[in-house]
Amino acid sequence: MNSGGTARHPLVLTPGLRVDEGVLVLGGLPVEMRGAEILIECLKAEKVEVVFGYPGGAVLPIYDVLYDADIRHILVRHEQGAAHAADGYARATGRPGVCIATSGPGATNLVTGLATAYMDSVPVVAFTGQVATSMIGRDSFQEADITGITMPITKHNYLVKSTKDLARVIKEAFHIATTGRPGPVLIDLPKDVSNGTAEFTYPETVDLPGYKPTYDGHPKQIKELARAIEAAQRPVLYVGGGVVSSGASDALRKVAEMQEIPVATTLMGLSAFPTAHPLSLGMLGMHGTGYANLAVTECDLLIAVGARFDDRVTGKIETFAPKARVAHVDIDPAEIGKNVRFDIPIVGDAKRVLEALIPQLETKTRPEWLAQIATFKNEWPLGYAKGRDGIAPQYVIEQISELTKGEAIITTEVGQNQMWTAQYYRFKQPRSFITSGGLGTMGFGFPAAIGAQIGQPNRLVIDIAGDGSFQMNIQELATAVQYGIPVKIAILNNGYLGMVRQWQEMFHNKRYSATVLSGNPNFVAIAEAYGAKGFRVESEDQVRPVLEQALAEPGPVVMDFAVSREANVFPMVPPNESINMMVRGDR
Amino acid sequence: MMKHTLSVLVMNQPGVLARVAGLFSRRGFNIESLAVGVTDEPKISRMTIQVEADDATLEQITKQLHKLIDVIKISDITTDERVDRELALIKISGDAANRSEILQVADIFRAKIVDVAEKSIVIEVTGDEAKIDALVQLTRPYGIIELVRTGKISMVRGSK
Repeated sequence: MNSGGTARHPLVLTPGLRVDEGVLVLGGLPVEMRGAEILIECLKAEKVEVVFGYPGGAVLPIYDVLYDADIRHILVRHEQGAAHAADGYARATGRPGVCIATSGPGATNLVTGLATAYMDSVPVVAFTGQVATSMIGRDSFQEADITGITMPITKHNYLVKSTKDLARVIKEAFHIATTGRPGPVLIDLPKDVSNGTAEFTYPETVDLPGYKPTYDGHPKQIKELARAIEAAQRPVLYVGGGVVSSGASDALRKVAEMQEIPVATTLMGLSAFPTAHPLSLGMLGMHGTGYANLAVTECDLLIAVGARFDDRVTGKIETFAPKARVAHVDIDPAEIGKNVRFDIPIVGDAKRVLEALIPQLETKTRPEWLAQIATFKNEWPLGYAKGRDGIAPQYVIEQISELTKGEAIITTEVGQNQMWTAQYYRFKQPRSFITSGGLGTMGFGFPAAIGAQIGQPNRLVIDIAGDGSFQMNIQELATAVQYGIPVKIAILNNGYLGMVRQWQEMFHNKRYSATVLSGNPNFVAIAEAYGAKGFRVESEDQVRPVLEQALAEPGPVVMDFAVSREANVFPMVPPNESINMMVRGDR
Repeated sequence: MMKHTLSVLVMNQPGVLARVAGLFSRRGFNIESLAVGVTDEPKISRMTIQVEADDATLEQITKQLHKLIDVIKISDITTDERVDRELALIKISGDAANRSEILQVADIFRAKIVDVAEKSIVIEVTGDEAKIDALVQLTRPYGIIELVRTGKISMVRGSK
C-alpha cells in the first residue's frame, strides 16, 4: 500500500518539458496535451494520490494515461463502491475524494454515492466519461444525461465541451467541492474532449462571481451569542457534521468547558466531541440518548453549530427545544431558518465562529444545570437486555469500542447497526465515525471503509454492518483482497432487515413483510471464497477472543456475529412525536 | 402569500435555466412566470422570476438560488418603483364583418396588428400583466385561436 497522505508529485513528466509561468513548454513553445493527460496533470496539481474507479469505453483515453501515471488507481467492483470509497476517503482525511466511471451505466451507478456525499456535505470530485460531443443527444450506446441526472444531488456539475476548458473546469470543481459547505462535484467528459488536445495551463485562481462563501461570522452576532451564553441558565450545544468538517472540535471543547455547556451531537457530529467527556450528552434525536433529548427540551439556549435540524433530530418540530432561544451557526445561509425559528443567526465557518467566540466568554460553572443533567442521566441510562436467542448486538459494539480504545475509524451501514454504533461506541477524535447520515444509504459502510483505510493506512478501520446492508456492496471484498486493504467487517447478523422489522413490530402489528433474510449466505465461506478471512461467532464469550484475533489479522476480515434476532434500538422517539416522548424499551 | 418579482443575474451558460427551474420544482416552490435573456454583458443573463410566496418561503427561495454557482445576484424588486412589461401575441377569429370592431379594441390598447388573413387577425400588445389580461378578456368573445405571452420582464426606475 502507498504511504498515503504525504506523497507529492512534481508536475513535469518527460525530460525537456518544463513549466513556464504555469504553461507546459518544450523548447520555448507551449505543448499541446491530450485531454486525458491534462486531467491527470490537474489531479497531480490538486495533490490527488488515489482515484477509485471502473473503466469503460468512454473513459478509455483516461485509463490509458492512468496506466503509467504516478497516481494510484483502485479498481472497485461496482461504480457505487467507487463513489462511496471516494466519500469515505474524504471523510477520513478531510481531502477531496476522487472517483471515475464510464458513461451511461457507469455514470448512473455513481448516483447513489453522489447523493450520499451531497446529503452529508462531503467533498468528492467525480469524473464520468460521456459519448463524443457529436453523438450527445442521439441516444447513443451508453449515453446518459448524467449532468441532468445529478443536478439536484451535486453541489455543481459540468459537461465539458472543449478540451481547452478542461483545466479551468477541474480547478473550479476542486475549489467548489472543498470550500464553503463542501459537496460533490461531477465533471462529464465526452470522449473527444479526453482525446482532443489543448495547451495546458493549470489556473492558479478561479473566477466564480456567483460563489463567495462566508467564513467569518458577523462580529456583532458573535457578541450577541456571547451575551446570550452568559445570560443563559441552561444552555446546550447541539453540534453536527459541520464541526467535524471545519475542524472545530478543539474550539468546541474549549467553549463547552469554559462555560460548562453540555454537548449533544447529531449522528454526523458524534466524533466531534469525546463520548467520555463529562459534558457529553451523546447523540440526540430519534435514537438519541434520553438525557440528550431531555436536556434539549429543558434548555433555555440552544446553540446549533454546523447542524441542520434534520427531522430525525427534531422529531415534532413545533415542540423542539420549546423553552429555548435558538442560536444557529452554519456556513450555509440557506440552513438558517429552513426548518426552525432562530433568534441569533450566524453565517460562517464553525471553527472560525467558535474561535472568535472564545475570547468573548468568561469561565463559568453551572452546578444546578449540570445537576439536572445528572438526574436525566440517572433516569435514562443507556442500557440493553441480554440477548435472548443470540448475542446482544450492543455487547459486540461495546467490546469493539473497548478493544480499540475508541481509536478506530468506524464506518457503519444503515439501520440498527448504525444506531447501536452511535449509542455504544465511545468516540475519541473527529473523523473517526463515517456513516451515511442524511441519505441513509445501505451498502455505504464497506466501500467507505476501503476509502478511509486508503486515506489512513495506519489506522484500524472497522465497518459495523448488518447482514442486509453488507450484501448491498459485498462485491467489494474482491477490491479489499486485490489491494490488501485490511478493513474489518463486523456483521451483526440477525437474519432480518432489522430496523424495518423493528418498525413493523412497533407500528405494523409484527407483520414482517419482506424483512426476513432467510436466504443469507454463509458469510465465512463467502469471505474465504474471495480470499479474505472469515469468523463466525455464536456465543457471547466468543466475542472478545474472536475480535482480538480478527483485529490483529493483517488483511481484510469478515466477522459474522449471530445476534439476538429481534433486538430493538432504544430509546426511540416515535415518528412525529416530541423528542422528550421516548419509548424506553426492554432492558 | 404575496406575489414577488425577483430580478436574477446568472451566468449565461448552458443548463442554467434547468438549474433554476429544477431548484424550484424540487423544493416545492412555484414559478408564476419566468423570462430570461442576455444582458449588455454577453456572459451574463438576467432572469425575471415572478413567484407567489410568504416571507419564509421567499427567504428560502432566495437563499437556495444563491447556492447555485451560476447565480450571481438576486434582487427582490417587488416593492421598488419599476416598469413591468409583458408582450403577448393574440390570434383572433375575425373576418370582414367584425374586423373594424377588433381594430378599434386594439387601438384603445395601443396594440399593433401584425397579421391579417381572411379569417384571422394577430394582435401584438405590450404592457403590464393587468393590461394584457384586460385585452385578452375583451378579445375573448371574438374567439381566441391562439395566445402567446412572454412572461414578465421588469426594470427598476431611475438610475439605480
